[in-house]
Amino acid sequence: MKKVTLQLEELVCPTCAKKIEAALNKVDGVDDVNVLFNASKAKINFDETKIDSEKITKVITDLGYEVLNVK
Amino acid sequence: MKSKKNIVIISGILILLSFLLKYINADAFITDGLMIAASVVAGYSIAKNAIGALRYKVLGIEALVTVAVVGAIFIREYWEAAAVTFLFTFGSYLEAITLEKTRSSLKSLLDLAPTTASVYRDGKEIKVSPDEVLKGERVIVRPGEKIPVDGLIIKGKASVNQAAITGESIPVEKETGDSVFSTTVIETGYLELEAQKVGDDTTFARIMEMVEEAQDSKAPTQKFIERFSKYYTPGIMILSIFVYLITRDLELTLTLLVISCPGAMVISAPVSIVAGIGNGAKKGILIKGGEYLEKAGKVDVVAFDKTGTLTAGKPVVTKIQPFIGTEEDILCMAAPVEISSEHHLAKAILQETLGRSINIEQASEFEVLSGLGVKGVVNDKNVLVGTRRLMENENIIITLKVEEYLQSEESNGQTAVIVAEQGKIAGVISIADKIRDDAYELANRLRKAGVKKVIMLTGDNKRTAEAVAKKLGLDEYYSELLPEDKVSKLNELKNNSIVAMIGDGINDAPALAVADLGIAMGGSGTDVAMETADMVLMSDNLNRLPYAFSLSRATVKNMKQNIYFAVAVVFILLIGVLTKNVLMAFGMLVHEISVLLVIINAIRLMNYKNKE
Repeated sequence: MKKVTLQLEELVCPTCAKKIEAALNKVDGVDDVNVLFNASKAKINFDETKIDSEKITKVITDLGYEVLNVK
Repeated sequence: MKSKKNIVIISGILILLSFLLKYINADAFITDGLMIAASVVAGYSIAKNAIGALRYKVLGIEALVTVAVVGAIFIREYWEAAAVTFLFTFGSYLEAITLEKTRSSLKSLLDLAPTTASVYRDGKEIKVSPDEVLKGERVIVRPGEKIPVDGLIIKGKASVNQAAITGESIPVEKETGDSVFSTTVIETGYLELEAQKVGDDTTFARIMEMVEEAQDSKAPTQKFIERFSKYYTPGIMILSIFVYLITRDLELTLTLLVISCPGAMVISAPVSIVAGIGNGAKKGILIKGGEYLEKAGKVDVVAFDKTGTLTAGKPVVTKIQPFIGTEEDILCMAAPVEISSEHHLAKAILQETLGRSINIEQASEFEVLSGLGVKGVVNDKNVLVGTRRLMENENIIITLKVEEYLQSEESNGQTAVIVAEQGKIAGVISIADKIRDDAYELANRLRKAGVKKVIMLTGDNKRTAEAVAKKLGLDEYYSELLPEDKVSKLNELKNNSIVAMIGDGINDAPALAVADLGIAMGGSGTDVAMETADMVLMSDNLNRLPYAFSLSRATVKNMKQNIYFAVAVVFILLIGVLTKNVLMAFGMLVHEISVLLVIINAIRLMNYKNKE
């Protein structure tokens, strides 16, 4: 189990945060997602044997949101 | 963000061009073509996001807007299509800019974080990033520099500005043995520290993380709104299908899709909360979430712990009444006997004696009489220091004059310690836990901030409690309470009012947890306080309390304004669309403007200051 925090571009609507959460939850290997709307951050617990932080980042960029940094 | 700006400019120019050409009667082929081009320019990224989301089986507002726009082009409403895409993109661009403002308090705090640290490593001083400092390493901080870690001072002395943690910009003197916090600034002096907490473990980093989490934790009102909007969007979509089946009016159907996301509503509560919590954080008030903001806005009873909260928590000698000799003579008798005592009243007497530069030599034949006092031999004379009972046990007569004096001191909230020499009472030392200067006006100011009753819960005796309560103008007090009594008293009070409990966060942890709103004072650095309390006043300053309450009330008010406004807009829009008074582009315009107004209203909270 690993944890990653992604700083996203400024999230404009709470529904965007919901959308990212919903999409990530459907990805295999992702255990727990918390998208902070005001902080514009996504905190994700994932199984490192199934997925890595690059793939997680890609899901978010596919949805149309920029990922500013990964920590 | 930058690409959004470009999209807005290009599609805006295309729309404008189309209007100009129409004005000079250009071919419809060209003007319509320009409108379609504008729709494509602005619509491309919307559609891309919509498809991206659909790939993960998520239906977003973008998908609905895309359907509406494609539909509009299909029914040859080119202007509507262009306007909807333009307004949607422009709106979200403006929203991002204004939202950034409501969130700027925390960012400005985060920017305070130190960027370099000087450490001794392998016998040399080197500069590293604060995250790379190792626990236990020696860190050097010079005037004007930020302290990069939480640490213990091992060498040096400095005047430290702790505003980043406590919100108080008056510098505090720190010297060897004291602890200092990361991100505080040395104004003058020089310090060498042993690093204790580094990187994400520092008090500053943890406060920032808590504020961040708090800003996104939901208030009860917000949860209600979210439930509403969760059903609203699918509801409108189903409605639009029915509307189409019944009326076969494609434009009306598409317009319904455009207004199906209640943007202002979903954002109404979060923006107010982020602005309110941010405002508090800047002033050293850590509010742990929207829920507590709402509770603080409704508090009608405020309960205080006495020792350490309303009083300094350190007993001091307030008065010495000699019946034989001078004040100094009394101290010269008492101090040598008290020097071996661990009692907190003894410490007060010793401190007073040392403060008057009197040398203390230890008494001989020293003896502690538990719960009564101490006795010993000083300069070949028998000295007793303690309570009435001690004097009675030793057959020393308390004259009427002494008894009257003792009673008047006690009813004034003082603990009176009797000093006797060679079987005769020599004097009385009054000791009290001093009331904090900032406690005096507190009750009045809290009432002004909307609190109905201010009370005190204390483990101290009734007389002392009564004296403090009277001096501070409190409504009620409850004395001689054990920690568990405080808890049951709070539970009792909770039956018919919303109760806030203010304590130091360590001894009062159970009481803070059971109160509707637990507020810890001077919580900086103490983990228990930061964990159990719902609100933490980082500075040890009671003056922040009325502000915390009025800020909470203002935030709740702001949030309600936003919600009422947003709900009204949603219904008016819906009625407007169904009665065909609102077309697609206008619907989008109203939607975007309402979102912006809600954000702008929240920005007002950023500048909220107490009117006092």
